[in-house]
Amino acid sequence: MALLQISEPGMSAAPHQHKLAAGIDLGTTNSLVATVRSGMSTVLQDDHGHALLPSVVRYTPDGTVIVGHEAQAQQSADPNNTIVSVKRFMGRSINDITDRAHIPYKFVSASEDLAAKVLQIETRAGLKSPVEISAEILKSLKHRAEKSLGGELVGAVITVPAYFDDAQRQATKDAARLAGLNVLRLLNEPTAAAVAYGLDNASEGNFVIYDLGGGTFDVSILHLSKGVFEVLATNGDSALGGDDFDHRIYCWVLDKVREVTANFSPLTEGDTRLLLTKARQAKEWLTDNFEAQVLCRLSNGILVDVTLTADQLVEITQHLVIKTLSPTRKAMRDANLSISDISGVVMVGGATRMPHIRQAVEAYFQQEPLTNLDPDKVVALGAAIQANVLAGNKNDDDLLLLDVTPLSLGLETMGGLVEKVIHRNSTLPIARAQEFTTYKDGQTAMSIHVVQGERELVSDCRSLARFVLRGIPPMAAGAARIRVTFTVDADGLLSVSAREQSTGVEAHIEVKPSYGLSENEITDMLKASFSSAEDDKKARMLAEARVSAGAIISSVTAALAADGSLISEAEQHAIKTEIDRLQTIAAADDATAINQAVDALNHATEAFAAARMNASVSQALSGKAINSLEM
Amino acid sequence: MSSAQNDYFQLFALPEQFDIDTRLLEANFRKIQSTSHPDRFVTASAAEKLASMQLATLSNEAYGTLKNTARRAKYLLEKHGIDAVADTNTALPMDFLMQQMEWREQLEDAKTAKDIPALDQLHHELRTEARSLESELADLFDHAKDYATATEVTRKLIFIDKVCADIQQAIEYLD
Repeated sequence: MALLQISEPGMSAAPHQHKLAAGIDLGTTNSLVATVRSGMSTVLQDDHGHALLPSVVRYTPDGTVIVGHEAQAQQSADPNNTIVSVKRFMGRSINDITDRAHIPYKFVSASEDLAAKVLQIETRAGLKSPVEISAEILKSLKHRAEKSLGGELVGAVITVPAYFDDAQRQATKDAARLAGLNVLRLLNEPTAAAVAYGLDNASEGNFVIYDLGGGTFDVSILHLSKGVFEVLATNGDSALGGDDFDHRIYCWVLDKVREVTANFSPLTEGDTRLLLTKARQAKEWLTDNFEAQVLCRLSNGILVDVTLTADQLVEITQHLVIKTLSPTRKAMRDANLSISDISGVVMVGGATRMPHIRQAVEAYFQQEPLTNLDPDKVVALGAAIQANVLAGNKNDDDLLLLDVTPLSLGLETMGGLVEKVIHRNSTLPIARAQEFTTYKDGQTAMSIHVVQGERELVSDCRSLARFVLRGIPPMAAGAARIRVTFTVDADGLLSVSAREQSTGVEAHIEVKPSYGLSENEITDMLKASFSSAEDDKKARMLAEARVSAGAIISSVTAALAADGSLISEAEQHAIKTEIDRLQTIAAADDATAINQAVDALNHATEAFAAARMNASVSQALSGKAINSLEM
Repeated sequence: MSSAQNDYFQLFALPEQFDIDTRLLEANFRKIQSTSHPDRFVTASAAEKLASMQLATLSNEAYGTLKNTARRAKYLLEKHGIDAVADTNTALPMDFLMQQMEWREQLEDAKTAKDIPALDQLHHELRTEARSLESELADLFDHAKDYATATEVTRKLIFIDKVCADIQQAIEYLD
């Protein structure tokens, strides 16, 4: 029998103890944090009773950073240093931001080589990347959760729009790590909503999640059956949301003002912000009212007093509503379903409160959409449920999410064409390999350009990464065989490797595009944010290494006791030797050596772990065979 | 991974034949994912995570292969040592080639005319044709064991799948 273990104070929770995990909806307009308490998913509120945290970050003159309502209140007064809707810039380059004229920020391209790509915003606190700004929002939510739950979070599930590409996902994950959060999983927003909705209503069948957020539109079609949420297809537009409706109203108001005002001077950045805020308020007011007044005074003294009716709102924004139906039809075609196959349509996102959106969705699906869960909260509630499961808290629902990759992934081939390796709507995790060959005689290197998108031309797709495979032996054109393998993990993140088959020359890249931060940049930023002394850090590292050593020793020991017979005596003996070695090393004070021994034990158990996995799958299936006989 | 589980049919506890119980395939796929999905191993050791990732990936690939009839037929042929899409395997009867050209022309015409209903109609027609090829394949694989003819029919099915994909893409660009 294994010795009983006693953990370092404050380091590891006893196995039966509820692990604190949170679901975070990092939204364009508002963000939320939720957790499962006594079996119920609940949105956590701040000290003032607010559930929604406006996704607004302000860098103040005294050097502090303010997030949320207080920052939002200052956005017209201090537009350059108050960043709203930062999610729109995640994983984006300057060239991607098409409506720059209406955004009151000074954008800067960071470095020259790492791409005229990394976008940064000039603030009084210096250049800030969207990743850093988002990290401030996440820190605020982390703080709220830990204060409210009275302990450190084990991890969090962060939601992203299903239609986010690899760069946008990677940027989100970087922001979470920068905020000191352990990311259990990136979860697609509509899938999170389906979890909250499906579990709440014990639904079965095919469901459509129509998710129009502040800055992004997603539509996902899921098959729900006995706790398994299988995404059949997803589509969307990662640059379409409630913000665009505000912007339409803003333009309309400006036109009206210009009609009656001679010599209308250009707006200041503060005026722009003020009018956009008024536009948003008018839009929200029109959900339950026939007309809204837009009333404010601009900095040049001009009084804006315009009335917008509900009918006018429909007229000026109907094209945006129609724009959401094209991705909806695509998703339906990809899922190979017709309207009559759909059991329910769930509305998600604050923007779906607009009556003309609900009417358009109802007309298309020929059924009234479901709105019984708060469209602002449903994503966070679902994320919390998944976080609770992933953290290892017992869950009777036996919930499982099978998600897909939203966009096809491929490589550039001769002539600037895309060869798709993984098609969109493939279930995750997925690995796919394809062989390519050389173009010229004696070619010794091959440039691998990874792209994401549905179009045939590379120039129409998003470039994710480039790397070079060198050391190909000189051969005639077309003779070399280069096998390129794409792997997408359960977070939807891609890695790519290339291997020349005859020599075994390899090159590998985690697709960390220039949009995200490099590993070193994150480490530096994290270091800078730790004020603790070097000795404390060392002690903590050692304690953490010992905890993970203890965890793996006990889990492998238990696995050997239960399933040791799956492998040979010699293999068992090899594993036991590694366990003994790790036990000896863990007693000493070298954290690096302990981690290496943990890795070695892990490596030694790979075949054993695979054998156990196969055995448990066989067991699961044989159970099914008996059931099907009874039927 | 043991070789037994590298066989897609064995993985899902299905008989190795063309005509399979797709409901059982779906049910067993969900069971395997419920056991092996990486979400079940978030807090597990690196070795367990690796095993989970490998099996979940394999079962996704296997499920995708068996669910699609053209891919299932191609996979069955591979098990009999036949590569249905090999360069040497180009023989297709003239009438099918003519038929295929006709479909391609219809596709191009509808594309030029930006006629989505016509594309939908063509898609429907091809699916009907595919279904009749599928019942032929069930007989060829499972009863006649005539793999030479099955190869030809599989190639037809693959062609139809390609045209269908092109129709879908055309609709997408027009929509």
